[in-house]
Amino acid sequence: MIPAAFDYIRAHSADEAFAQLQKHGADARVLAGGQSLIPAMRFRLARPSVLVDVNGIGDFDYIRENNGTLCIGATARDVAVERASWIGDRRWSLLHDVSRVVADPVVRQTGTVVGSLCHNDPAGDWTAAALASRASVVVRGKSGPRTVAIDEFLVDSFTTAVSEGEIALEARFPVPDDRSAGSYQKIERKVGDFATAAAAVQLSLNADGTIRTAGVALSAAGPCAVRVEEAERLLVGQKPTADLIRAAAAAAAKKSEPQADLRGSVPYKKNLAGVLVARGLRQALGRLGVTL
Amino acid sequence: MKVTVTVNGTVYERDVQPRTLLAYFLREDCGLTGTHVGCDTSSCGCCVVVLDGNRAVKSCNMFAVQADGHQILTVEGLANGATLHPLQQGFWDQHGLQCGFCTPGMLLTSYALLKDNPNPSEADIREGLSGNLCRCTGYQNIVKAVQQAAGQMREPVSA
Repeated sequence: MIPAAFDYIRAHSADEAFAQLQKHGADARVLAGGQSLIPAMRFRLARPSVLVDVNGIGDFDYIRENNGTLCIGATARDVAVERASWIGDRRWSLLHDVSRVVADPVVRQTGTVVGSLCHNDPAGDWTAAALASRASVVVRGKSGPRTVAIDEFLVDSFTTAVSEGEIALEARFPVPDDRSAGSYQKIERKVGDFATAAAAVQLSLNADGTIRTAGVALSAAGPCAVRVEEAERLLVGQKPTADLIRAAAAAAAKKSEPQADLRGSVPYKKNLAGVLVARGLRQALGRLGVTL
Repeated sequence: MKVTVTVNGTVYERDVQPRTLLAYFLREDCGLTGTHVGCDTSSCGCCVVVLDGNRAVKSCNMFAVQADGHQILTVEGLANGATLHPLQQGFWDQHGLQCGFCTPGMLLTSYALLKDNPNPSEADIREGLSGNLCRCTGYQNIVKAVQQAAGQMREPVSA
């Protein structure tokens, strides 16, 4: 399977990439890791007539902490997160978990975090993690860069707030406080398959052990990753208990709107969403020294 | 588009369409058919090559134009003359293949794995190769082959 013909433009700077995207508008796509885009082009599900390759832009490839925010550049690979020096810190356990289950280890050497957010696959991993982490994405448009909260960034399946002629420059994850941990729970039939269901959880605790903040999101549970607001609302301010986890899990199962496919039926996947949220909450709490 | 790609130390200058995938460039434009195309959907890992010395990539999921100016290692570049690379010797000694179709991808994925982690555990090897499918061996002997190679590459046996 060979993609339809296209013009290839290698950008050497952010300005050049942006100018090319502005020039070609809806006909152009950004080529970063290409691990979703190229298969989509091969299946002719995507037929851009221009690809703007941003891999040669040196200052797009970074992961750094800046004023309480973890900034991930447009061409930072999944593997760079997996191998980051700080990734063992429990505050980053959600990102650590995700970085080890995205696609397969070879694909992770090329695939990018920002690209995955922009692809916005219904079963994406980084999208759910970004929701639970309350991340944001920096998008450069005609009037300059703007920061888009992830809830507004993820519009619909394969659709984001990045409009024609625009480019996503950076993903931003707030640095969690010391009493924070997360978890990513994913069921897949085999390595590299899309998730049957997946849940991302990020928690922080107050000194008295009550939950200060909670992020709960699902993947493979609708047109794109979805936040479970009711679970978050139930958790915040409460002391973690088995009953509380059950209630949050029930809220997740209710929120899940999966599609039936060879991976499972709708009732199975809805139930699984709840099971995975419960497991994620238990694991995140366990990482904070709370066992239930 | 004109591209210049160094494959196994040899410079290949070719005129390609942007849509030419690296796997087909290697096979059809360079005549290096050791890189296999299995699933054609980036799921099986048969087409893995090593980019710039240490990064395993699925060459059916990358355009040849993206490799312009880069170094590619394919299975043809592993052996040193008549002397097999320790990974190849490991696959030979441990019976790490049967039909051999997945073997080039297994070798190159393992090559990048050992560059990153010269002393992998069995679990590390199984995890590292989890994007490569083999329909013959059941993987056991592939893992043994990589373990043997890792040992030899850490402590080369003097000739």
